[in-house]
Amino acid sequence: MTATTAPRSPSVKALSAGKISALKVLVFILSLIPLGLLLLAFFQDDLGANPIETITHATGDWTLRFLLITLAVTPLRKLTGWHWLLRLRRMLGLFTFFYAVLHFGTYIVLDQFFDWRAVVLDVLKRPYITVGFAAFVLLVPLAVTSTNAMVRRLGGRRWQALHRSVYGIAILGVVHYWWLVKADMFEPLIYALILAVLLGLRAWWREQERLRQRSAPPAQANGHRHIIPILPR
Amino acid sequence: GDLGPLVKSPFRVDEPLTPRKDVTRYNNFYEFGTDKGDPAINAHRMKTDPWTIKVEGLVGKPRTFDLDQIYKLAPLEERIYRLRCVEAWSMVIPWVGFPLSALLKAVEPLGSARYVEFVTLFDPKVMDTRPVLDWPYKEGLRLDEAMHPLTLMAVGLYGEVLPNQNGAPVRLVVPWKYGFKSAKSIVTIRLTDKQPNTSWNDAGPEEYGFYSNVNPDVDHPRWSQAKERRIGDFLKRKTLPFNGYADQVASMYAGMDLRKNF
Repeated sequence: MTATTAPRSPSVKALSAGKISALKVLVFILSLIPLGLLLLAFFQDDLGANPIETITHATGDWTLRFLLITLAVTPLRKLTGWHWLLRLRRMLGLFTFFYAVLHFGTYIVLDQFFDWRAVVLDVLKRPYITVGFAAFVLLVPLAVTSTNAMVRRLGGRRWQALHRSVYGIAILGVVHYWWLVKADMFEPLIYALILAVLLGLRAWWREQERLRQRSAPPAQANGHRHIIPILPR
Repeated sequence: GDLGPLVKSPFRVDEPLTPRKDVTRYNNFYEFGTDKGDPAINAHRMKTDPWTIKVEGLVGKPRTFDLDQIYKLAPLEERIYRLRCVEAWSMVIPWVGFPLSALLKAVEPLGSARYVEFVTLFDPKVMDTRPVLDWPYKEGLRLDEAMHPLTLMAVGLYGEVLPNQNGAPVRLVVPWKYGFKSAKSIVTIRLTDKQPNTSWNDAGPEEYGFYSNVNPDVDHPRWSQAKERRIGDFLKRKTLPFNGYADQVASMYAGMDLRKNF
């Protein structure tokens, strides 16, 4: 292997541009299904005795699920060699934000009906709402800087540093769920375990990388180490 | 089935009833699952006949009642009560039942009795056995609360036998307290001289007090109790002290610090 050839594992599966476009359309449609089901239930008067609670829970659940799916892209890519997964990450991240907006909007409009005093008191006094609110606010800059133009403007490293806050946001999201449940911790526990695996894999790989670099002779560490990570497109 | 002719009780809230389908499909009965739709799906597995309620402890005449005897303790009456859940939603429900005092008088409480403990069915064969709460579900009242004329033993709603998910065949209804105080599917009633442990108080003593009187001024540590959403309404309404029953029950708590004894 020469220095100019990018290392490629045999498991790499490159997809054509056409296939990637088709995949994006498919993921886009699939990602709208939870909203579609909610709307269908609404029009069929099938949201149950407490429709606002049903909508709040559904949009909250899907925010967390999309966040975990988004965070699963990198580990899945590493484990499978399906590098095209990365091309879906931005859309999945934006759907996380989309469902978060619906969740937050449901709380402000349907649940509190613009009772700003009650909202402020909730955010200040109730830890689960405080962390949920913080998670939502922290998602905003990530959504705003999701365009190619913003990636260029910020520069890859700064962009990436900013977007690493998603790990903290995910923890806040799971804590938000954990703290609001009355007694049955089963579901929050599932989310927490999945998040722990997704973050744990990253920590493990980083540690492995650190050890590898430490053991590498300093002369060789010069040339190929600073590979700019692949940015989402 | 139909419960036949019922005595018209003066205890009737003049507010629109919550539709039967909501009363029977939106339930907290954790033994049948923690989603509010779960009990309506799962509770049919519970066998409610034959059924007995054992009444024991500090009573002159301890007794085990079967369903026939329970139904004959007092004339069945229809009472329309507000129900306020600790989760800040509420309903208006036409219960059918009789005063708990009728049952307690039948067993002749001793002078030393101060509290009443309620133990509900826990049947692992038909119920969710995950340790969400310390099963069997236990609740408790002070004896004067238990003897209060508003305190009801319900055997039906909307003129018919209580559906399983609502706590068949016999449940407690204490309308000025948060809903979890009104224990469902009761199997044992025990009169004691000291305050009994209760499942929710054991699970979260800072969050669920022994008294748990509906109180808009004392928030749950994690959410406000100032307002509630009446099922079917869009806008929330203000929560009333003692769930609107202050005139009848507030005197029982005279001189008590209700922030401490929440």
